[in-house]
Amino acid sequence: MKKILIVDDEPNILLSLEFLMKKEGYEVFIARNGREAIEIVKKELPDALILDIMMPEVDGFEVCEFIKKNNKTAHIKVVFLTAKAKDSDIQKGLSVGADLYLKKPFSTKELVKKVNEIF
Amino acid sequence: MISNWVVILISVGYLILLFLVAYFGEYRAKKGKSLLKNPYIYALSLAVYCTAWTYYGSVGNAAESGLNFLATYIGPTLLAPIWWLIFKKIIRISKVYRITTIADLISTRYGKSVALGRLVAIFCVLGIIPYISIQLKAISSSFQMVSGSNLVSSSDAAISGHIFNDYTLYITIGLAFFTILFGTRNIDATVKQEGMVTAIAFESILKLVAFLVVGFFITFVVFDGFSDIFSHVENDPSLSGLTTLDSNGGYSEWFWLNMLSMMAFMFLPRQFHVSIKENTSEKHLDKAIWLFPLYLLVINIFVIPIAFAGKVMFSGQSEVLSDTFVLAIPILLSQDFLAIFVYLGGFAAGTSMVIVSTIALSIMISNNLIFPYLVSNKQFTRFNKGNFSRFLLNIRRASILLVLLLSYAYYSLISFRFSIVSIGLISFVAVAQFAPAVIGGIFWKEGNKKGAISGLVAGFTIWFLFLVLPTIDQTGFISFLIQNDKLFNFIPLADGQAFGLPMNKIPASLFWSLLINTSLYVFLSLRFMQSSKERNQAEVFVDVFKYSKEFESTMVWKGTAYVQDIEELLTHFVGVRKTKEILKEYEYKYNLSLKKEDRADSKLVNSVERTLAGLIGSSSARLLISTTLKEEEISTKEVLDILKETQQIVIVNKQLKEKSQALEEVTKELFSSNEKLRKMDHTKDEFISTITHEMRTPITSIRAFSEILHDNSDISLGDKQQFLNTIIKETERMDRLISQVLDLEKFNSGKQEFHLEYLKINELILEAIQSVQTLLEQRGIELTTKLEESSEYIYGDNDRLIQVLLNLISNAIKFCDAKAGKIQIVSKQVEGNFVVEVIDNGKGIMKEIQHSIFDVFYQAPDQTRKKPKGSGLGLSICKKIIEYHHGKIWVESNEQHGSKFIFTLPAKLNKSLTEQQSYLNEENFNS
Repeated sequence: MKKILIVDDEPNILLSLEFLMKKEGYEVFIARNGREAIEIVKKELPDALILDIMMPEVDGFEVCEFIKKNNKTAHIKVVFLTAKAKDSDIQKGLSVGADLYLKKPFSTKELVKKVNEIF
Repeated sequence: MISNWVVILISVGYLILLFLVAYFGEYRAKKGKSLLKNPYIYALSLAVYCTAWTYYGSVGNAAESGLNFLATYIGPTLLAPIWWLIFKKIIRISKVYRITTIADLISTRYGKSVALGRLVAIFCVLGIIPYISIQLKAISSSFQMVSGSNLVSSSDAAISGHIFNDYTLYITIGLAFFTILFGTRNIDATVKQEGMVTAIAFESILKLVAFLVVGFFITFVVFDGFSDIFSHVENDPSLSGLTTLDSNGGYSEWFWLNMLSMMAFMFLPRQFHVSIKENTSEKHLDKAIWLFPLYLLVINIFVIPIAFAGKVMFSGQSEVLSDTFVLAIPILLSQDFLAIFVYLGGFAAGTSMVIVSTIALSIMISNNLIFPYLVSNKQFTRFNKGNFSRFLLNIRRASILLVLLLSYAYYSLISFRFSIVSIGLISFVAVAQFAPAVIGGIFWKEGNKKGAISGLVAGFTIWFLFLVLPTIDQTGFISFLIQNDKLFNFIPLADGQAFGLPMNKIPASLFWSLLINTSLYVFLSLRFMQSSKERNQAEVFVDVFKYSKEFESTMVWKGTAYVQDIEELLTHFVGVRKTKEILKEYEYKYNLSLKKEDRADSKLVNSVERTLAGLIGSSSARLLISTTLKEEEISTKEVLDILKETQQIVIVNKQLKEKSQALEEVTKELFSSNEKLRKMDHTKDEFISTITHEMRTPITSIRAFSEILHDNSDISLGDKQQFLNTIIKETERMDRLISQVLDLEKFNSGKQEFHLEYLKINELILEAIQSVQTLLEQRGIELTTKLEESSEYIYGDNDRLIQVLLNLISNAIKFCDAKAGKIQIVSKQVEGNFVVEVIDNGKGIMKEIQHSIFDVFYQAPDQTRKKPKGSGLGLSICKKIIEYHHGKIWVESNEQHGSKFIFTLPAKLNKSLTEQQSYLNEENFNS
């Protein structure tokens, strides 16, 4: 059973993503901000993250950078799911090592399909 | 007793010091740190007005006739605003024409008349030489007193002791040497004589200090202060009458004496020299206008005390002249050092006057008396080709020597017989004759040469007959002229009825001479036409400020001359090198290049004439130009037309300048408003970018849950309920967001309407708490209040202020932990303002973002860190509302220790009172 960590500061979005991922058969972890996310990554070593960018204190880019730079965690797949839709944002997301960059609002079917594909 | 030789050594030593000071002045100027640029030096140099007359003579005058001496100082003081006005104009005119003396000024104004310049120069020499000679006399007799301890400085002693006579001669020669060295450094008389002026300023300080020291000594050491001296005088019946104005002439005499000193201050050649010729900036007048009168006040403080003290100390010793009290008292008390110091002060007062007067006179003698002959003599000019300036300089040096020797001769033959004051005032009356021609010349365009010459001649004749002849008579030459105290056995001379007026001789002769002088000037000016040349000068003199920088076009000239002629003419006078410099400067100024075969235009001719005027005086320069270059007559009408054109040019230039300034300002404004627009545009972009991001969040949830519900028919009832509930909530959030955006837009565009009324702040707070009561209870948060009672009101919009309070309270609720949360609301009044605080014990706000949480979407699009939840648009709306009510809002917070939101609102007057007032106003309006 693959582990997936969902990071977002909006409880409603967490709720919907949790429902979708559980239904796909992932073991789901939840973090409400960047700091929490990093702690869970260290502890649980999930297989993938669904990561928001705009969060208080530690933002999504920083979380992704941390994961990709650290040997122990570099293999973890990172999917950005964010309302930041500008080309420059996407560029930055890929440059910090993201495996996938998806925009909010999202189609649930497509999200599920794409997340499944990265493995 | 001080030995002769000690005094001589000290005097010589002082002269050497003076040389050093002057040298220092020149040195500073050479280094580019000219002392003449300092307004204080300028004001001090004006104090050359205070001569040995002031130093010794004022005391003498005060001792003889009480307060009358003050007229000499009150004149220039009272009329300071007038001389400021006149000097400002004369300074500007003199710069334009390169005028260096009063003779030059008068001659230039009346068509650069050689005759008029000559006349003024002769009058100056006649009027001033006696004045210089009394300075020599003062120096000599003070020397005699201090070195011989001889309190009785009778005139016979001066003649008999030939060593003293020789001493005066040596001092005269020393002064000549100094004057030649520092007064003729450059043949161009318009070049500032830095060293000389510095030395004069130095002497002004020295004489002031010396006089104050001796005055202080006599008043406070010898006597017991001012009142002690006065009580001595009061107790002595022979001294009564000293404390009032001279009753002989009464107030009209007092008035004329004031006028006299005022005119002397303006027209004495030495005053003209320091105040006009050596002036480096018109702005210096602004300082001098109060500094110089202050100087006069200070130097006169001790005059009366010293005079009275002398009267008391030497009562019964009539052989001690009151003119010498200043020096006699320290000598009587055997205060050797003080006596020497006083002697030096007097020496400084005398020498400064002698030096400046001599330079001024020498310029007049050379420029107005000698040069006109030389330049019109063709053979002479040919003979001295190219070597002119050295020759001219030597003439000026010889003139200096001549003036000083004449003064010495006058001193040793005549002036030792008179008190200092009488001769000084006679000189004053002489220079006062220039008043009509000068003042008329700069303020009245019609004044002409005929009037000026006639007025001057008449005035001087009266001066000579009334004031000079009687003095000559006393020496025994022409005794038949005066019989029975009447001139020609007809005009009464006695004081108190002189010349048919109830005054003394001086004011009476001033009155008559000026009356006739002015009448002739005005009458003949009106009776006869001006020549076109005269008219030209008259226009420029009177309207000098209108021409400003265009003055080279103001001297109208017509004729045929070639650049080559001009070049040759200049080379004669200033040599090849300087000629090239002058022409180059001209080329640069008008941005053209001169060729030898070019016709010289009037601007070039005028420029050269101006240059020459600085060297040889304007009348000589005019004469030279008119004889060397082929000139054509020009009509007055032409002159006036050209001048009008020049004025027009000046006006147009000024307008152009103003216009371009205005344009520049408009450009600046445009630039800044453009900048503002760009900033606004940027803010708008950010706003839109952020608002769309903000809206995507609820839309994301709504879409996700809708799809989930759509795709999963097997979903549990509980989940279904929760998801639908979320969709509803997020829709509401979306709606709230939209209305906030619209709100904000209204505030920004000013379309938001406010319904203002008088409100009680505490009632608003309670109302707001009421509406969140349920929420508080649900979350288990405790809310307390601390509301100060106040009789005053706020004037505001009820709903909007409630909105602010609600926003702050619900933020506080959001930040507080459920159950453990505590909120306190405080209201109080501080200095005319209500202060409301909403305090919570939540997690607080980071320092870095405290100032920005009130900004509209303070996150820039590039920012990726989110601000704390719940502070979306609400706080920026709060800020807008509070600011609309002229209040302030801010937050104080320590992370982890909760936050305190504070806003202020101005407290207003009693509600009923203001209502009553507005009611009353309405009533008034209706009736």
